[in-house]
Amino acid sequence: MSFLEYAPAPESTAILDLKPEYGLFIDGEFTPAAGESFLTISPATEKPIARIANATDVDVDRAVAAARKAYDKTWSRLSGRDRGKYLFRIARLVQERARELAVAESLDNGKPIKESRDVDVPLVAAWFFYYAGWADKLEYAGAGSNPRALGVAAQVIPWNFPLLMLAWKIAPALAAGNTVVLKPAETTPLTALLFAEILQQADLPAGVVNIVTGAGDTGRALVNHPDVNKVAFTGSTAVGREIARSTAGTGKKLTLELGGKAANIVFDDAPIDQAVEGIVNGIFFNQGHVCCAGSRLLVQESIHDEVVERLKSRLETLRVGDPLDKNTDVGAINSAEQLARIRELSEIGEAEGAERWSPACELPENGFWFAPTIFTNVSTSHRIAREEIFGPVLSVLSFRTPAEAIAKANNTPYGLSAGIWSEKGSRILAVADKLRAGVIWANTFNRFDPASPFGGYKESGYGREGGRHGLAAYLTSTAKEGQR
Amino acid sequence: MSSHISVPKTYKLYVNGAFPRSESGRVYEVLDSKGRFLANAAQASRKDARDAVVAARAAVGGWSGATAYNRGQVLYRVAEVLEGRRAQFEDEIVKQEGVSASAARDQVDAAIDRWVWYAGWADKFAQVTGNANPVSGPYFNLSVPEPTGVVAIVAPQDSALLGLVSAVAPALVAGNTVVVVASEAHPLSAITLGEVLATSDLPKGVVNVLTGSPAELAPWLASHADVNALDLVGASALEWIDLEIAAAETLKRVLTPEEGPDAATPSLARISAFTETKTVWHTKALI
Repeated sequence: MSFLEYAPAPESTAILDLKPEYGLFIDGEFTPAAGESFLTISPATEKPIARIANATDVDVDRAVAAARKAYDKTWSRLSGRDRGKYLFRIARLVQERARELAVAESLDNGKPIKESRDVDVPLVAAWFFYYAGWADKLEYAGAGSNPRALGVAAQVIPWNFPLLMLAWKIAPALAAGNTVVLKPAETTPLTALLFAEILQQADLPAGVVNIVTGAGDTGRALVNHPDVNKVAFTGSTAVGREIARSTAGTGKKLTLELGGKAANIVFDDAPIDQAVEGIVNGIFFNQGHVCCAGSRLLVQESIHDEVVERLKSRLETLRVGDPLDKNTDVGAINSAEQLARIRELSEIGEAEGAERWSPACELPENGFWFAPTIFTNVSTSHRIAREEIFGPVLSVLSFRTPAEAIAKANNTPYGLSAGIWSEKGSRILAVADKLRAGVIWANTFNRFDPASPFGGYKESGYGREGGRHGLAAYLTSTAKEGQR
Repeated sequence: MSSHISVPKTYKLYVNGAFPRSESGRVYEVLDSKGRFLANAAQASRKDARDAVVAARAAVGGWSGATAYNRGQVLYRVAEVLEGRRAQFEDEIVKQEGVSASAARDQVDAAIDRWVWYAGWADKFAQVTGNANPVSGPYFNLSVPEPTGVVAIVAPQDSALLGLVSAVAPALVAGNTVVVVASEAHPLSAITLGEVLATSDLPKGVVNVLTGSPAELAPWLASHADVNALDLVGASALEWIDLEIAAAETLKRVLTPEEGPDAATPSLARISAFTETKTVWHTKALI
């Protein structure tokens, strides 16, 4: 038995008390939908978890009406202090039910339990806690004088961090005084529905948060609804474009957090062991289902071979498998559709001449799996260097000078994030200045904090989530700046 | 009919996470609004004040080194525990101040809400009072507020709980530690607040509560070389200018007395008053 072979250490699902079927959460109650329900499955086993309601236009209309009523009659009349108290309650309830939420998230999404338990759910609580404190301090948020809520916010979130993306959307929206209709992703609705139960426990006034489950049609009906004042979307750039077109001229305030193709730049003076860990975390965290993933590794030529060799040796130690096993590093791909996309782009990478490598690893028979993969000899024109794969696939490129690294890093329509590895502070700061990306991590990667703004340049979207800037997305100011 | 004979609490000091009697052995009588005996309170001495400063100094590293998120959660927990013990506070306020039950309830409500307001600032005030500075040259330049250290406070004298909370909570937000001299006439709520703090995950020594004579204790704190700041909000009846002069010896940051119902009204300025601004320069390479 080698040091890498551990006995399985599965987290028990006994903590879950799931219903066989979930309705929509509208006006404080679970209600049936007009559409035909669908199953949410575990991507690790393909076994069904629960039956989920499918919201049609009529249901979305009902949800928006409930949010409007709650905004007019209740939420907009509460003081910031009282709104904050509800958000603090939610934060505490999330903390109390953290283990249950983590197990549900790993079951429905396929991500390793150690990530849902140690990253996703703690950040969810932190997000609510942070924005709870803002609710009665909006005049300090830098959003202009006399900041006010926008009204009803339509929010559509992706499947990669289901509950965390919900928190990123709902916490600032409610703190600022808006009411919400949120649509979770079709493949990962489970934790949003458990969250609805938390809202009931918190005694949040009915209609302040409404959750409508469904697929693309539901999302389209929601963002196009004439009675929403704000649209917030996290997901693909293609859908983001469609939303930007459809909201044009409607006066709806829009924020978009879209795709990315982040460069992770390793200079020859980098601490290599630390950089290798950062590269692994950058692209294999959450199976690479991360919009800010460091999917393009740019390594200075003089250390290229050494870095690739160490990276391969590190990848040999990654444990791919059961998301609920506490030892698992890389879990299941979220859906058959996503798996097909990753496979297709990887085959294109090979066909275009890049060199493909994966560690030897046994993948489970059922479910959706993809071994961690590295492509070397990648050129900037390859599709695997240009397109977002959204999977555990790393493209390695090299550079000689800092100027070349910057040019290559910026050579993308995206601009969400970037990484810099160097022991030299002056170099890090100079390179960071020149990168056209919304978040720059130096000697770290994939760090998130409610106090820190997150969001992209260019086709990675606009608006920021987190920090003071995240509040601005949900506020308007009555005073005209510069005319006071 | 109940035959229970009540078991009254011994009110002591709250220093370094424990509840010691005054080393001097002194107590003084706390009377209700009609002049009847309520309890004996410890009458802290110079030695007690100095012990409190030692405890507060020792606690600075841990409290200021905690993440802002952690400090915010601990402070929020204080509000949670305060809420749970509100009946006791209301009862003590009625007895000490002689106000109606509803006025006492309002005071406790305000104290809880104020504590929550300040708790929420812990991970935000640096975002509002710090900034990136666009200096002319290839430099990263960032200003951030940091706690000043040990803050000595003379609490408002006319209120049992709200004045105390209004002065103590803001000093804690940035990571300072506190030695507070409670209201001389209404000291009981201060010691009960100490019990709340002691059971709210607040590290020992972060808040130290002294009861006794502000006129006797304040000069020792004002001249103590290991105290960084002095909040004289409740010192209007003292020779407070002399205290300010004493504080000048080690250039303590001083807040002057405030009177009336708006004393120590919630403000970001009360947080900033006990912070130092640190500006970090770092070169940027020419590429």
